[in-house]
Amino acid sequence: MADTEATTGPGTAADPVTRWRPVAGRSLAGARKASRSTRAWRVGSSAAIVTAVVLAVLIVPPLVALDEQAVHLADKLLPPSAAHPFGTDDVGRDLLVRCVYGLRVSLLVGVVAAVVATVIGTAVGALAASAGGWVDRVVMRLVDVFSSVPHLLLGIFIVAMFRPGVWPVVISVALTHWLSTARIVRAEVLSLRSRPYVDAAISGGASRWRVTVRHLLPGVLPQAGLAAVLMVPHAIWHESALSFLGLGLPTHQASLGTLVQGARSSLLAGDWWPTLFPGLFIIVPTLAIAGLAGAWRDRINPRRRSELML
Amino acid sequence: MLELRSLTAGYDRRDPVVRDVSLTVAPGESVGLLGPSGCGKSTLARVAALLHRPDRGQVVVDGEPVHGWRHRAPRDRRTAFGVVFQQPRLSADPRLSLAQIVAEPLRATGRAADVPERVPELARTVGLGADLLGRRPHEVSDGQLQRACLARALVLRPRWLICDEMTAMLDASTTAALVAVVEEYRAASGAGLLAVGHDRVLLERWCERTVEWRELTGATGATGGSAAHPAAE
Repeated sequence: MADTEATTGPGTAADPVTRWRPVAGRSLAGARKASRSTRAWRVGSSAAIVTAVVLAVLIVPPLVALDEQAVHLADKLLPPSAAHPFGTDDVGRDLLVRCVYGLRVSLLVGVVAAVVATVIGTAVGALAASAGGWVDRVVMRLVDVFSSVPHLLLGIFIVAMFRPGVWPVVISVALTHWLSTARIVRAEVLSLRSRPYVDAAISGGASRWRVTVRHLLPGVLPQAGLAAVLMVPHAIWHESALSFLGLGLPTHQASLGTLVQGARSSLLAGDWWPTLFPGLFIIVPTLAIAGLAGAWRDRINPRRRSELML
Repeated sequence: MLELRSLTAGYDRRDPVVRDVSLTVAPGESVGLLGPSGCGKSTLARVAALLHRPDRGQVVVDGEPVHGWRHRAPRDRRTAFGVVFQQPRLSADPRLSLAQIVAEPLRATGRAADVPERVPELARTVGLGADLLGRRPHEVSDGQLQRACLARALVLRPRWLICDEMTAMLDASTTAALVAVVEEYRAASGAGLLAVGHDRVLLERWCERTVEWRELTGATGATGGSAAHPAAE
């Protein structure tokens, strides 16, 4: 070791070994500035989109009181116009209104499922890590077993047991998405558990429960919260996929998945708007949520900056 | 009487850090344990405080052998030991204020009613101003934080104090102040002390008896542990 340092010391700047920099560490001033402004732009646009979506979903339906189910057969499959900015579908329902209602349902499913999944995952992960021993091994092997089954397959199995509706979809998404959170929380709790302050707490008479609730769980909350936000896009996609397959919500109820599914036939006839707009409503808000989550991740863990995390 | 009888302990059964070490601390006695860094002093201190289960050997407290470590030790057994660690940063929960850190053992043992009385009293004893008590660990210096950690170790009035390199991160005046607090507490309570460190001058002034790490390994253990780590002094 000392020999190589002596031969390729700082004097030999031409040496490729000393000139080499890892790609991630290339810190030319211009590149850094550019990446910072890109990041700011990404955070700003994501925040704007998420705000707009939340406002649209919360305010428009109660305020405007438009009937998203109103059928006007005379107006069927109209292209986008001033009266119908997103056009109409094959029975003449206004697509903008249906998209907003669909987003409302998808976002509700996404947020509720993500919260439930995070609560399950945090509880399981914290239990496995603080119990340790065979409990930990059995629980984590079960997590491995569930992870080895594709989410969608497991999700389909779960929705198939219920009548179509919002809650079976929420259950299906929540029960298939807590696994990664359980792993993250377990790893984090294990690393916190070996800190001397946990030793000090034990010596101070704290029970297992108190150590977990007072010292360990507050330490994993930022990670668990981040996992929850990152799960919202996943849950929305999962819901859309289930509804697209006809297994999620009933077909008349507008959700982003049922909208895309209902528009398939008109796409073949050359009418692009009934698939494009619901598709955009799936992609843009979920990317925006993921962008915000990425910015949050960079804040709590600045060493691991990376691209959009999905 | 705190007896450590031919303890073997470590983090890998095949390669223990502490091999066949015996040490006895009488009530009211102060024992300094001197050793080079990395020799296993801290592991021994953790075993003595019932925080790490040894692979072999016995810990006997007041004639009763210990069977459970960490959470498996009965609560009054665990709280009979006050422990101060080397690094105050790592041994204080970063989310709690200093007052909460000191009060935590009282709350954990169902004595929350004593908090308003005991915490300010101990803060005065260790020399923490009232303004510091509301701050969180990142807002105070290492010395101030270590004062809070000592207060936490004393709050349940332990019968044994284990100070694992308590003063290694501190300047001379803080060291003197903390040692004075420990000695004052021992004089008042008759608690035994095991002070672990590598500072011979300090430990010889502080403790009634100092022992070298290499003197502790029993006849069967030979000098395996010490030979692997030539003395750093």
